[in-house]
Amino acid sequence: MAQAVASPRRGGGTPGSSKLVRYLSYAALLVLTAVYVAPFVWMVITSFKTNPETTASVPTWIPQPFSTEGYDAIRDPALDTPVLKWFANSVIAAVFHTLLVLATASTAAYALARLEFRAKKFIFGLIVATLFIPPIIFLIPNYLIVDTFGWIDSLMAVIIPTAATAFGVFFMRQFFITLPDELEEAALLDGANHWHIFSRIIMPLSKPALATLAILSFLTNWNDFLWPLFVLVENRTLPPGLAVLQSANTTDYAIIMAGGVIASIPVLILFILAQRYVIEGVARSGLKG
Amino acid sequence: MATTEGATGSVARTIRKAAKGSSKSVGASHAGALTPYLFMAPYLILFAIFVLAPLVSALWISLHNWDYLLPGKPFTGLDNYTDLFSGTGTAGLFWQSMSATAQFTLYSVPPLVLLPLGVAIVLNQKIPGQKVFRAIYFAPYVLGVAVVGILWRYLLDPSVGLINYYLGRIGFSGDLPWTNGLPWAWIGLVGATVWWTLGFNTIIYLAGLQGIPRDLYEAARVDGANNWQAFRNVTLPQLRPVILFVTTVTILASANVFGQSYLITQGAPGGDTRTAIMYITDEGLGRFRMGSAAAMSIILAAALAIIGALNFRFLGKGDDY
Repeated sequence: MAQAVASPRRGGGTPGSSKLVRYLSYAALLVLTAVYVAPFVWMVITSFKTNPETTASVPTWIPQPFSTEGYDAIRDPALDTPVLKWFANSVIAAVFHTLLVLATASTAAYALARLEFRAKKFIFGLIVATLFIPPIIFLIPNYLIVDTFGWIDSLMAVIIPTAATAFGVFFMRQFFITLPDELEEAALLDGANHWHIFSRIIMPLSKPALATLAILSFLTNWNDFLWPLFVLVENRTLPPGLAVLQSANTTDYAIIMAGGVIASIPVLILFILAQRYVIEGVARSGLKG
Repeated sequence: MATTEGATGSVARTIRKAAKGSSKSVGASHAGALTPYLFMAPYLILFAIFVLAPLVSALWISLHNWDYLLPGKPFTGLDNYTDLFSGTGTAGLFWQSMSATAQFTLYSVPPLVLLPLGVAIVLNQKIPGQKVFRAIYFAPYVLGVAVVGILWRYLLDPSVGLINYYLGRIGFSGDLPWTNGLPWAWIGLVGATVWWTLGFNTIIYLAGLQGIPRDLYEAARVDGANNWQAFRNVTLPQLRPVILFVTTVTILASANVFGQSYLITQGAPGGDTRTAIMYITDEGLGRFRMGSAAAMSIILAAALAIIGALNFRFLGKGDDY
């Protein structure tokens, strides 16, 4: 957009950067890019090696021979590292968690952003205040609560409790308050009730915010490590599974990296497809924080 | 600029709207008194069970000798706290883990605050491919700590890791103990963490830089400012709220470090890199001594709250927060 305009406005960059500075900057960015890309590439290459080759004293950047041993091993049902089952669990947990967050956060945020009631400020203040509490406080009590519900080792434990986070409500409310008041004024005159306004006017207008929240919730749930490490015992999701895979195959790096590749593919695809939402979501959470 | 105005702007708007709403009572006249609560009910139920209740019960549990495996959970008052502060029993291991957390925070926050600022400033020159670079640097963040942990455990492996191999090739010793010797383990953990989260802070800085009005740079240039002076007198003061935000968030994230140590060093050598959260989870969910673990988590949270407040005091000084 702004880049299309010819030079004099410098497009918001640092002023007067000379050609030399630009070349040096470019060189530095390329070096950093190598530092960022190489570990990914190494993970993928390693996953296609035979196990002995992964610990060779001279590392190889092309598998010799090319092997799917690592992937075969993690598909083996005889081993107690069922990566495909963990993968399925991660998908189920992340999808249902995301739907739960979208449903509960958007309805609560609608009331807090667009309805008038006495306790509104108090409730919103209380919800936002919990964003500042270090999460470690919740760990032991929530373990006991989840245990009371009989959810230890059940996917319920990684779908439901984390949906209580204040972030979604805060995020949706910040979006809802930017929509013009005239929307519901007209609808109310036409006799619509608040459920209609919410479901037929506000929600369709909020697709970008909902998409951002959906993606951030999915990523957070997919990557969550500490909580599932303790509440899931056998019926694991991928992140705690990878820890088990690592300790079960100490030096069989082809297997461990194959697990890493499998855990990375869905989120990398999601990131590439929905990059705009992810990056805007992060930038916005920073600005609003 | 845009940052503070964005936030205060939205607050002002809310207040204005609230005032308007009460005079015209747009919502209230048409909605039943129950309507707002019906909308909030599903979330508030979750919030009450998994946020409010645990908050209260963390305090309650910490006042008991709460062993998950034993039927009796006798009330012991502040014993769990006094035991920790007087150094009884295994308290030394807890303080060792607190010290490890403090060290990791001390070593990781400066690079995580400064490097992304540099990267963001370079990217903000409207370099061709800016968005591609930004996406590449951010990519590790979407992988999560488990993938980053197992990948860096391999890269940092003292005998077969890529890092030592290439260090050896360029003339260093090539057998540095990245996973089990000091200070190398700290360098490895900080390096892996920087690789993982640099892009997150970069994006926040970039958004902040893009919010700085251009006429400020024009004015500085008219006054004869060079690049460095423009940075000192325009960029830094304008970016101050963003830097404060990034610093605070990074301190809190670093103080919550768990996965990197768990997967890369497993606390080696001798528990020196075992972090507070590793120790608390061991105590509470490994040995099931939940009373003392709850007390430890409250001490850690209190320490974080104090650091957060000091940080705002110190960095936010002279600002109109």
